[in-house]
Amino acid sequence: MKPDHLHFFIDPSRCIGCQACVQACSECDTHRGESMIHLDYIDRANSVQTVPVVCMHCDQPTCAEVCPADAIKRTEDGVVQSAREPRCIACGNCVVACPFGVPEIYEDRKLMMKCDMCYDRTSVGKKPMCATVCPSQALFYGTAEEISLLRPMSEPINRFQFGNQTITTRVFVMAPGQFVRLAPGLDVTAALETRPGADVFDHVEI
Amino acid sequence: MATPLPEHETISRPPDGRPASEQPAWRRDFPIDSPQDQDVERRDFLKFLTLTSFAFVVGQFWIAGQSWRRRRAGLPDARRIASIADIAVGGSLVFEYPNPHDTSVLVRVAESEFVAFSQKCTHLSCAVIPKLDQGVFHCPCHEGVFDLRTGRVLAGPPPRPLPRVLIELRGSDIYATGVETRSV
Repeated sequence: MKPDHLHFFIDPSRCIGCQACVQACSECDTHRGESMIHLDYIDRANSVQTVPVVCMHCDQPTCAEVCPADAIKRTEDGVVQSAREPRCIACGNCVVACPFGVPEIYEDRKLMMKCDMCYDRTSVGKKPMCATVCPSQALFYGTAEEISLLRPMSEPINRFQFGNQTITTRVFVMAPGQFVRLAPGLDVTAALETRPGADVFDHVEI
Repeated sequence: MATPLPEHETISRPPDGRPASEQPAWRRDFPIDSPQDQDVERRDFLKFLTLTSFAFVVGQFWIAGQSWRRRRAGLPDARRIASIADIAVGGSLVFEYPNPHDTSVLVRVAESEFVAFSQKCTHLSCAVIPKLDQGVFHCPCHEGVFDLRTGRVLAGPPPRPLPRVLIELRGSDIYATGVETRSV
Protein backbone atom coordinates (compact mmCIF):
# COMPACT_ATOMS: atom_id res chain seq x y z
CA MET A 1 0.00 0.00 0.00
CA LYS A 2 1.28 3.43 -0.98
CA PRO A 3 2.43 5.46 2.04
CA ASP A 4 0.00 8.32 2.65
CA HIS A 5 2.62 11.00 3.16
CA LEU A 6 4.29 10.52 -0.24
CA HIS A 7 2.80 12.30 -3.25
CA PHE A 8 3.55 12.73 -6.90
CA PHE A 9 4.19 16.31 -8.07
CA ILE A 10 4.46 17.26 -11.73
CA ASP A 11 6.03 20.56 -12.67
CA PRO A 12 5.60 20.80 -16.46
CA SER A 13 7.47 24.11 -16.67
CA ARG A 14 10.64 22.33 -15.56
CA CYS A 15 10.40 19.61 -18.23
CA ILE A 16 13.29 19.71 -20.70
CA GLY A 17 12.01 16.92 -22.94
CA CYS A 18 15.02 14.66 -22.37
CA GLN A 19 12.95 11.45 -22.59
CA ALA A 20 14.68 9.94 -19.55
CA CYS A 21 11.29 9.27 -17.91
CA VAL A 22 10.04 7.53 -21.06
CA GLN A 23 13.00 5.18 -21.03
CA ALA A 24 12.87 4.57 -17.29
CA CYS A 25 9.14 3.87 -17.41
CA SER A 26 9.63 0.96 -19.79
CA GLU A 27 11.91 -0.68 -17.23
CA CYS A 28 9.19 -0.85 -14.59
CA ASP A 29 8.22 -4.42 -13.70
CA THR A 30 4.45 -3.88 -13.76
CA HIS A 31 4.48 -3.16 -17.50
CA ARG A 32 7.84 -4.49 -18.60
CA GLY A 33 9.10 -3.21 -21.93
CA GLU A 34 6.30 -0.72 -22.51
CA SER A 35 6.53 2.93 -21.62
CA MET A 36 3.32 4.26 -20.10
CA ILE A 37 4.40 7.88 -19.94
CA HIS A 38 3.43 10.33 -22.66
CA LEU A 39 5.91 13.10 -23.33
CA ASP A 40 3.83 15.68 -25.19
CA TYR A 41 4.77 18.82 -27.03
CA ILE A 42 2.50 21.74 -26.12
CA ASP A 43 2.77 23.91 -29.20
CA ARG A 44 5.51 22.42 -31.26
CA ALA A 45 5.50 25.04 -34.01
CA ASN A 46 6.25 27.86 -31.60
CA SER A 47 7.82 26.29 -28.55
CA VAL A 48 10.12 23.55 -27.37
CA GLN A 49 8.06 23.14 -24.21
CA THR A 50 7.23 19.52 -23.42
CA VAL A 51 5.08 18.07 -20.67
CA PRO A 52 5.27 14.60 -19.15
CA VAL A 53 1.80 13.09 -18.84
CA VAL A 54 1.36 10.39 -16.22
CA CYS A 55 -1.91 9.05 -14.86
CA MET A 56 -3.39 11.62 -12.47
CA HIS A 57 -5.18 8.90 -10.43
CA CYS A 58 -8.51 10.71 -10.14
CA ASP A 59 -10.69 10.48 -7.07
CA GLN A 60 -13.57 9.75 -9.43
CA PRO A 61 -11.79 7.94 -12.27
CA THR A 62 -13.67 8.64 -15.49
CA CYS A 63 -11.96 5.69 -17.21
CA ALA A 64 -13.41 3.30 -14.63
CA GLU A 65 -16.80 5.01 -14.77
CA VAL A 66 -17.15 4.38 -18.50
CA CYS A 67 -15.65 0.86 -18.54
CA PRO A 68 -18.42 -1.51 -19.73
CA ALA A 69 -16.43 -4.59 -18.66
CA ASP A 70 -15.84 -3.45 -15.07
CA ALA A 71 -12.13 -3.93 -15.72
CA ILE A 72 -10.57 -0.78 -14.26
CA LYS A 73 -10.20 -0.79 -10.50
CA ARG A 74 -8.66 1.51 -7.95
CA THR A 75 -6.74 0.09 -5.02
CA GLU A 76 -7.50 1.33 -1.53
CA ASP A 77 -4.58 3.75 -1.57
CA GLY A 78 -6.21 5.60 -4.47
CA VAL A 79 -4.06 4.26 -7.32
CA VAL A 80 -6.04 3.48 -10.47
CA GLN A 81 -4.63 0.31 -11.98
CA SER A 82 -4.34 -0.85 -15.57
CA ALA A 83 -7.31 -2.78 -16.92
CA ARG A 84 -7.62 -6.30 -15.58
CA GLU A 85 -6.51 -8.64 -18.28
CA PRO A 86 -9.32 -11.22 -17.99
CA ARG A 87 -11.99 -8.51 -18.09
CA CYS A 88 -10.71 -5.91 -20.55
CA ILE A 89 -12.36 -6.11 -23.98
CA ALA A 90 -10.18 -3.41 -25.54
CA CYS A 91 -13.21 -1.30 -26.48
CA GLY A 92 -11.31 1.94 -25.98
CA ASN A 93 -14.02 3.73 -23.98
CA CYS A 94 -11.45 4.71 -21.36
CA VAL A 95 -9.12 6.12 -24.00
CA VAL A 96 -11.87 8.40 -25.26
CA ALA A 97 -13.18 9.31 -21.82
CA CYS A 98 -10.00 10.13 -19.89
CA PRO A 99 -9.72 13.93 -19.73
CA PHE A 100 -5.94 13.70 -19.45
CA GLY A 101 -5.52 11.27 -22.37
CA VAL A 102 -3.66 8.67 -20.32
CA PRO A 103 -4.99 5.16 -21.15
CA GLU A 104 -3.80 3.43 -24.27
CA ILE A 105 -5.11 0.37 -26.08
CA TYR A 106 -2.59 -2.29 -27.07
CA GLU A 107 -4.31 -3.89 -30.04
CA ASP A 108 -1.83 -6.78 -30.26
CA ARG A 109 -2.85 -8.07 -26.80
CA LYS A 110 -6.36 -6.53 -26.75
CA LEU A 111 -5.68 -4.76 -23.50
CA MET A 112 -5.74 -1.26 -22.08
CA MET A 113 -2.57 -0.37 -20.22
CA LYS A 114 -1.84 2.84 -18.39
CA CYS A 115 0.47 4.38 -15.83
CA ASP A 116 -0.10 2.71 -12.47
CA MET A 117 2.39 4.91 -10.61
CA CYS A 118 4.83 1.93 -10.71
CA TYR A 119 2.65 0.13 -8.21
CA ASP A 120 5.25 -2.51 -7.40
CA ARG A 121 7.58 0.30 -6.30
CA THR A 122 5.29 2.94 -4.75
CA SER A 123 3.37 0.33 -2.76
CA VAL A 124 6.59 -0.43 -0.87
CA GLY A 125 7.56 3.21 -0.43
CA LYS A 126 9.93 3.58 -3.40
CA LYS A 127 9.71 6.32 -6.01
CA PRO A 128 8.16 5.64 -9.41
CA MET A 129 10.75 4.99 -12.12
CA CYS A 130 10.18 8.30 -13.91
CA ALA A 131 10.64 10.35 -10.74
CA THR A 132 13.92 8.60 -9.96
CA VAL A 133 15.51 9.62 -13.27
CA CYS A 134 14.03 13.06 -14.02
CA PRO A 135 17.11 15.36 -14.07
CA SER A 136 15.13 18.59 -13.69
CA GLN A 137 12.68 17.31 -11.09
CA ALA A 138 9.72 18.01 -13.36
CA LEU A 139 8.53 14.69 -11.97
CA PHE A 140 8.97 14.68 -8.22
CA TYR A 141 7.85 12.09 -5.71
CA GLY A 142 8.04 12.97 -2.04
CA THR A 143 6.37 14.76 0.82
CA ALA A 144 4.46 18.04 0.70
CA GLU A 145 7.10 19.63 2.95
CA GLU A 146 9.89 18.72 0.56
CA ILE A 147 8.14 20.25 -2.43
CA SER A 148 7.26 23.45 -0.59
CA LEU A 149 10.95 23.88 0.29
CA LEU A 150 12.08 23.10 -3.25
CA ARG A 151 9.44 25.28 -5.01
CA PRO A 152 8.64 28.23 -2.75
CA MET A 153 7.09 30.15 -5.68
CA SER A 154 4.73 27.37 -6.70
CA GLU A 155 1.74 25.71 -5.16
CA PRO A 156 0.51 22.17 -5.83
CA ILE A 157 -3.00 21.91 -7.29
CA ASN A 158 -5.13 18.84 -7.81
CA ARG A 159 -8.47 20.33 -8.88
CA PHE A 160 -9.19 20.56 -12.56
CA GLN A 161 -12.26 21.83 -14.35
CA PHE A 162 -13.17 20.21 -17.67
CA GLY A 163 -16.40 21.91 -18.77
CA ASN A 164 -18.96 20.82 -16.21
CA GLN A 165 -16.77 18.09 -14.79
CA THR A 166 -14.64 18.85 -11.75
CA ILE A 167 -11.84 16.38 -11.18
CA THR A 168 -9.69 16.03 -8.11
CA THR A 169 -6.62 13.87 -8.45
CA ARG A 170 -4.06 12.03 -6.38
CA VAL A 171 -1.23 13.49 -8.46
CA PHE A 172 -0.42 17.18 -8.03
CA VAL A 173 0.56 19.70 -10.66
CA MET A 174 2.77 22.61 -9.63
CA ALA A 175 1.35 26.00 -10.61
CA PRO A 176 2.58 29.55 -9.96
CA GLY A 177 1.59 30.45 -6.41
CA GLN A 178 0.02 33.80 -7.26
CA PHE A 179 -2.47 32.14 -9.63
CA VAL A 180 -3.31 29.39 -7.21
CA ARG A 181 -4.09 31.95 -4.51
CA LEU A 182 -6.57 33.61 -6.91
CA ALA A 183 -8.33 30.39 -7.94
CA PRO A 184 -7.62 27.07 -6.24
CA GLY A 185 -8.32 24.91 -9.29
CA LEU A 186 -7.33 24.97 -12.93
CA ASP A 187 -10.01 25.51 -15.56
CA VAL A 188 -8.49 23.39 -18.31
CA THR A 189 -11.19 24.15 -20.87
CA ALA A 190 -10.70 27.88 -20.45
CA ALA A 191 -6.91 27.50 -20.52
CA LEU A 192 -7.13 25.68 -23.84
CA GLU A 193 -8.66 28.79 -25.37
CA THR A 194 -5.74 31.00 -24.42
CA ARG A 195 -2.15 31.14 -25.60
CA PRO A 196 0.59 32.37 -23.28
CA GLY A 197 1.60 35.91 -24.18
CA ALA A 198 4.88 37.77 -23.73
CA ASP A 199 4.03 38.47 -20.10
CA VAL A 200 3.91 34.79 -19.15
CA PHE A 201 7.11 34.93 -17.08
CA ASP A 202 6.54 38.41 -15.60
CA HIS A 203 5.74 36.95 -12.21
CA VAL A 204 9.16 35.33 -11.94
CA GLU A 205 11.56 37.40 -9.84
CA ILE A 206 15.07 37.33 -11.25
CA MET B 1 -35.14 7.64 4.84
CA ALA B 2 -32.98 5.02 3.22
CA THR B 3 -31.13 2.66 5.50
CA PRO B 4 -27.38 3.28 5.55
CA LEU B 5 -25.31 0.88 3.48
CA PRO B 6 -23.00 -1.62 5.19
CA GLU B 7 -19.35 -0.61 5.21
CA HIS B 8 -18.25 -2.90 2.38
CA GLU B 9 -20.92 -1.55 0.07
CA THR B 10 -20.21 2.12 0.48
CA ILE B 11 -19.23 3.97 -2.64
CA SER B 12 -16.15 5.88 -1.60
CA ARG B 13 -16.48 8.82 -3.96
CA PRO B 14 -19.58 8.86 -6.16
CA PRO B 15 -18.83 10.87 -9.32
CA ASP B 16 -21.94 13.04 -9.16
CA GLY B 17 -21.31 13.92 -5.52
CA ARG B 18 -24.73 12.76 -4.31
CA PRO B 19 -24.87 10.57 -1.18
CA ALA B 20 -24.48 6.81 -1.50
CA SER B 21 -28.15 6.21 -0.74
CA GLU B 22 -29.16 8.16 -3.86
CA GLN B 23 -26.84 6.25 -6.17
CA PRO B 24 -28.28 3.77 -8.69
CA ALA B 25 -28.32 0.15 -7.54
CA TRP B 26 -25.77 -1.03 -10.11
CA ARG B 27 -23.05 1.00 -8.39
CA ARG B 28 -23.14 -1.46 -5.51
CA ASP B 29 -22.65 -4.37 -7.89
CA PHE B 30 -19.88 -2.76 -9.92
CA PRO B 31 -17.79 -0.73 -7.48
CA ILE B 32 -14.67 0.98 -8.76
CA ASP B 33 -12.61 0.36 -5.66
CA SER B 34 -10.83 -2.99 -5.37
CA PRO B 35 -11.72 -3.72 -1.72
CA GLN B 36 -15.44 -3.46 -2.46
CA ASP B 37 -15.04 -5.28 -5.77
CA GLN B 38 -13.31 -8.25 -4.17
CA ASP B 39 -15.58 -8.42 -1.15
CA VAL B 40 -17.90 -11.44 -1.03
CA GLU B 41 -20.48 -11.19 1.70
CA ARG B 42 -21.19 -14.34 3.72
CA ARG B 43 -24.88 -13.99 2.90
CA ASP B 44 -24.16 -13.73 -0.85
CA PHE B 45 -21.92 -16.79 -0.71
CA LEU B 46 -24.57 -18.82 1.16
CA LYS B 47 -27.19 -17.66 -1.33
CA PHE B 48 -24.99 -18.92 -4.14
CA LEU B 49 -24.42 -22.27 -2.39
CA THR B 50 -28.12 -22.78 -1.67
CA LEU B 51 -29.33 -21.86 -5.15
CA THR B 52 -26.66 -23.99 -6.84
CA SER B 53 -27.43 -27.08 -4.77
CA PHE B 54 -31.15 -26.48 -5.33
CA ALA B 55 -30.48 -26.45 -9.07
CA PHE B 56 -28.61 -29.76 -8.74
CA VAL B 57 -31.52 -31.32 -6.83
CA VAL B 58 -33.99 -30.16 -9.48
CA GLY B 59 -31.71 -31.63 -12.12
CA GLN B 60 -31.66 -35.02 -10.37
CA PHE B 61 -35.46 -35.10 -10.21
CA TRP B 62 -35.65 -34.16 -13.86
CA ILE B 63 -33.33 -37.03 -14.82
CA ALA B 64 -35.33 -39.47 -12.68
CA GLY B 65 -38.58 -38.24 -14.28
CA GLN B 66 -37.16 -38.69 -17.74
CA SER B 67 -36.10 -42.29 -17.17
CA TRP B 68 -39.43 -43.08 -15.48
CA ARG B 69 -41.28 -41.66 -18.51
CA ARG B 70 -39.10 -43.66 -20.89
CA ARG B 71 -39.67 -46.89 -18.95
CA ARG B 72 -43.40 -46.28 -18.82
CA ALA B 73 -43.56 -45.78 -22.61
CA GLY B 74 -42.50 -49.45 -23.05
CA LEU B 75 -41.37 -50.96 -26.31
CA PRO B 76 -42.46 -49.39 -29.59
CA ASP B 77 -44.86 -51.33 -31.81
CA ALA B 78 -43.51 -54.17 -33.93
CA ARG B 79 -43.20 -53.31 -37.59
CA ARG B 80 -42.28 -55.24 -40.71
CA ILE B 81 -38.99 -54.03 -42.19
CA ALA B 82 -38.37 -56.27 -45.13
CA SER B 83 -38.63 -59.84 -46.29
CA ILE B 84 -35.65 -62.15 -45.87
CA ALA B 85 -35.29 -62.43 -49.63
CA ASP B 86 -34.69 -58.64 -49.92
CA ILE B 87 -31.33 -58.79 -48.23
CA ALA B 88 -28.36 -60.92 -49.26
CA VAL B 89 -25.96 -62.56 -46.82
CA GLY B 90 -23.40 -59.89 -45.94
CA GLY B 91 -25.75 -57.16 -47.11
CA SER B 92 -27.28 -54.35 -45.12
CA LEU B 93 -30.44 -52.29 -45.19
CA VAL B 94 -31.19 -48.87 -43.71
CA PHE B 95 -34.66 -48.41 -42.25
CA GLU B 96 -36.44 -45.96 -39.98
CA TYR B 97 -37.51 -47.37 -36.64
CA PRO B 98 -39.24 -46.71 -34.28
CA ASN B 99 -39.97 -43.17 -35.49
CA PRO B 100 -39.32 -41.51 -38.82
CA HIS B 101 -35.77 -40.07 -38.91
CA ASP B 102 -34.56 -42.68 -36.37
CA THR B 103 -32.38 -44.39 -38.93
CA SER B 104 -31.33 -47.91 -38.07
CA VAL B 105 -29.31 -50.39 -40.02
CA LEU B 106 -30.05 -54.08 -40.49
CA VAL B 107 -27.17 -56.42 -41.35
CA ARG B 108 -27.46 -60.06 -42.44
CA VAL B 109 -24.36 -61.44 -40.80
CA ALA B 110 -24.97 -65.07 -41.77
CA GLU B 111 -27.65 -67.14 -43.53
CA SER B 112 -30.01 -66.96 -40.59
CA GLU B 113 -28.34 -64.37 -38.38
CA PHE B 114 -29.60 -60.79 -38.47
CA VAL B 115 -28.49 -57.86 -36.33
CA ALA B 116 -29.90 -54.34 -36.27
CA PHE B 117 -28.66 -51.22 -34.51
CA SER B 118 -29.46 -47.57 -34.49
CA GLN B 119 -27.25 -45.92 -37.07
CA LYS B 120 -26.67 -42.88 -34.89
CA CYS B 121 -23.19 -42.91 -33.36
CA THR B 122 -23.43 -42.40 -29.60
CA HIS B 123 -20.63 -39.84 -29.76
CA LEU B 124 -21.98 -37.04 -31.94
CA SER B 125 -24.74 -38.73 -33.92
CA CYS B 126 -22.91 -39.30 -37.20
CA ALA B 127 -24.14 -42.26 -39.26
CA VAL B 128 -22.14 -45.43 -38.61
CA ILE B 129 -21.20 -47.66 -41.56
CA PRO B 130 -21.29 -51.47 -41.28
CA LYS B 131 -18.00 -53.13 -42.35
CA LEU B 132 -18.71 -56.80 -42.49
CA ASP B 133 -15.20 -57.90 -43.48
CA GLN B 134 -13.80 -56.30 -40.31
CA GLY B 135 -16.83 -57.22 -38.19
CA VAL B 136 -17.40 -53.63 -37.05
CA PHE B 137 -19.52 -50.55 -37.43
CA HIS B 138 -17.23 -47.66 -38.29
CA CYS B 139 -18.01 -44.03 -37.62
CA PRO B 140 -15.95 -41.90 -40.03
CA CYS B 141 -16.40 -38.63 -38.14
CA HIS B 142 -14.09 -39.36 -35.21
CA GLU B 143 -12.96 -42.91 -35.89
CA GLY B 144 -15.42 -44.58 -33.53
CA VAL B 145 -15.61 -48.35 -33.88
CA PHE B 146 -18.43 -50.63 -32.64
CA ASP B 147 -18.65 -54.42 -32.64
CA LEU B 148 -20.90 -55.62 -35.45
CA ARG B 149 -22.66 -58.36 -33.45
CA THR B 150 -23.03 -56.65 -30.05
CA GLY B 151 -22.83 -52.93 -30.86
CA ARG B 152 -20.33 -52.40 -28.06
CA VAL B 153 -17.60 -49.76 -28.38
CA LEU B 154 -14.27 -51.17 -29.54
CA ALA B 155 -12.36 -47.95 -30.17
CA GLY B 156 -12.72 -44.22 -30.39
CA PRO B 157 -14.65 -41.60 -28.49
CA PRO B 158 -18.24 -43.02 -28.32
CA PRO B 159 -19.31 -43.30 -24.66
CA ARG B 160 -22.07 -45.95 -25.04
CA PRO B 161 -22.91 -48.96 -27.23
CA LEU B 162 -25.24 -48.47 -30.15
CA PRO B 163 -28.94 -48.93 -29.22
CA ARG B 164 -29.93 -52.40 -30.40
CA VAL B 165 -33.07 -52.85 -32.50
CA LEU B 166 -34.71 -56.17 -31.58
CA ILE B 167 -35.33 -58.36 -34.59
CA GLU B 168 -37.82 -61.17 -35.02
CA LEU B 169 -38.27 -63.46 -37.99
CA ARG B 170 -41.92 -64.27 -38.78
CA GLY B 171 -42.17 -66.62 -41.69
CA SER B 172 -40.34 -64.97 -44.55
CA ASP B 173 -40.55 -61.46 -43.08
CA ILE B 174 -38.26 -59.54 -40.74
CA TYR B 175 -39.92 -57.57 -37.97
CA ALA B 176 -38.46 -54.94 -35.64
CA THR B 177 -40.02 -55.41 -32.23
CA GLY B 178 -38.31 -52.90 -30.00
CA VAL B 179 -35.25 -50.88 -29.11
CA GLU B 180 -32.85 -51.76 -26.33
CA THR B 181 -30.77 -48.83 -25.05
CA ARG B 182 -27.72 -49.80 -23.04
CA SER B 183 -25.42 -47.65 -21.01
CA VAL B 184 -22.43 -50.01 -21.01
